[in-house]
Amino acid sequence: MSIVSPANLRRIGRQRRLVTGAVITLVIVLMAIFGPLFAPYGENEIVGKPYTYEGSFLGTDYLGQDVWSRVLYGGATILINSLLATALGMVLGIIIGVVAAYWGGWLDEVIMRLNDVALAFPQILLALLVLTAVDQPSWYVIVLLVGVSHAPRVARLARGVALGIVSRDYVTAAEALGESRVRVVLAEVLPNMNAPLLAEAGLRLTYSIGLIAGIGFLGFASNPSAADWGYMINENRLALLVQPWGVLAPVIIIGVFTIGTNLMADGIAQLSGRGD
Amino acid sequence: MTDLATSAPDVSTAAAPARTGSSGSAWVKWLARRVGLAILTLWLCSVLVFFATAALGDPVRAILGKDYASSPERAAALAAELHLDQPVIVRYFEWLGGLLTGNLGNSIANGFPVGELVGDRIVNSAVLVLISAILIIPVAFAIAMISANYRGKRTDGVIQVIMITLAGLPEFVVAILLVALFSTTVFHLLPAVTIAGGGAPPWSKPASMILPVLTLVIAVAPYVSRIVRSSLLEVLDSDYVELARLKGVPERIVMRKHALLNAIVPGIQVIALQLAWLAGGVLFVEYVFSYPGIGASLVDSVRNSDFPMVQVLAMVIAAVYVGINLVADVLSILFTPRARTAISS
Repeated sequence: MSIVSPANLRRIGRQRRLVTGAVITLVIVLMAIFGPLFAPYGENEIVGKPYTYEGSFLGTDYLGQDVWSRVLYGGATILINSLLATALGMVLGIIIGVVAAYWGGWLDEVIMRLNDVALAFPQILLALLVLTAVDQPSWYVIVLLVGVSHAPRVARLARGVALGIVSRDYVTAAEALGESRVRVVLAEVLPNMNAPLLAEAGLRLTYSIGLIAGIGFLGFASNPSAADWGYMINENRLALLVQPWGVLAPVIIIGVFTIGTNLMADGIAQLSGRGD
Repeated sequence: MTDLATSAPDVSTAAAPARTGSSGSAWVKWLARRVGLAILTLWLCSVLVFFATAALGDPVRAILGKDYASSPERAAALAAELHLDQPVIVRYFEWLGGLLTGNLGNSIANGFPVGELVGDRIVNSAVLVLISAILIIPVAFAIAMISANYRGKRTDGVIQVIMITLAGLPEFVVAILLVALFSTTVFHLLPAVTIAGGGAPPWSKPASMILPVLTLVIAVAPYVSRIVRSSLLEVLDSDYVELARLKGVPERIVMRKHALLNAIVPGIQVIALQLAWLAGGVLFVEYVFSYPGIGASLVDSVRNSDFPMVQVLAMVIAAVYVGINLVADVLSILFTPRARTAISS
């Protein structure tokens, strides 16, 4: 039951939430990718005094850099890091969940017990724990932390979905034919899991954006001088009263981005029959 | 921003009761097993917390920052103070022993005992979370009931879209937008930060509590209401609701007595998970509003590489989560007649 078959395309077109979400997401993604081409000033160009309305229409930030230009420059890192973290979390989570469901027994018990431990921490806390001992996090450290913090949550879902599949006749048939377990997983189990997992990926992307922007907002940046939507909020937050746009512009754009991805995830969930 | 996917109730496996023995001893057995699991989980949490903070990075380098390269003597002195010369395992058990005996160590940032620093803050955060939870539950149930009542109609559709939109927003986005709206940019009605002078608790100025609580309600209520709505709809489709309607019971009473009461159990599970999720949200909310709780303290401690503080605060959060889940499991067993008889028969 592939999601992108011609018969499904018409159903997708009728799914208003999915279409709205996809359009919003696409706009923000295009802005993040091509924004720098349209920026009136450079990323670190000083265009006037700090926190004034010099420069273009959103005014200047804490160093006198142009807020609008930095908004246009600042999306790429969040976009790329969120996509990578989501992919990492999904892959790890699916491997853990499918192994637990298919191999079962004590392995399942141990894996799920350890999973519960990871679930006892809010995702942001897992990331912060490691950041305590890291002076200046590289971008891949942040991707790794967010991705790994997704894994136990994805694993729980993947295990549930896989449990419903491993008892089906076609899995038993493949096993009876002497297929190896790895092959059964790759050829029979995984292809039949795609719809709920796609919805989960959309949801995870929403959380990745929130977490990665949130880590920046809390003041952790791999390159503090580069423009980044999350870190911009942190840079300018003390001047919310004087020059609100330095804070509000990145906040609004992060909000719109997550609304888009969340609508999309919900639309996919409805298509795959998880919602109603 | 909270977690919908993981909120599927998991009592069935975690709380699978033993079907032997008399009812009383079966209960004790079930409870003992459940508490044992909670303690095991907490112990594994302590391992995770200690090794994530103390073993993955270089504490001395993180604490000294730029001074690390310039003053090797200070680095060596600090390493000795933190007992870094000992193997990690030894340090872990020393730390765990301290944790269990109440000797939490001293903060690296200011040298005060960690126990003194976190005590008040735990109370402050607990008050914030409790007030929010008390508001979230009726708000979420009310929205869910309205939505289920108008299922498939325009009202339901509008409510659903609003809920999905709010559910996607990260907490700090909600918090900052509320601050801009109510205190700095549009209106100037409410205080933007929680400043309680001279150690007075933050709720001594109730106005400063409004925005933090409102943020948490807006961030969490949509999830709870969506879950409650779908379990309400499930119940409304069931045979006994059909029967009640056929008997001529008014729709209002069907909704209140037959549907709502049966939707409460899955509700409890979700709310428990969301309360734990509140902890993640609380961290951002406290940071935005400078609320003197454990979340804001945790962020500061992480930035100062204040290990003893981070470790204790993380364990507090994990313990709260494990505790809430335990209570939720017990409550949902008590509220589910089927599970109740399964245990006691």
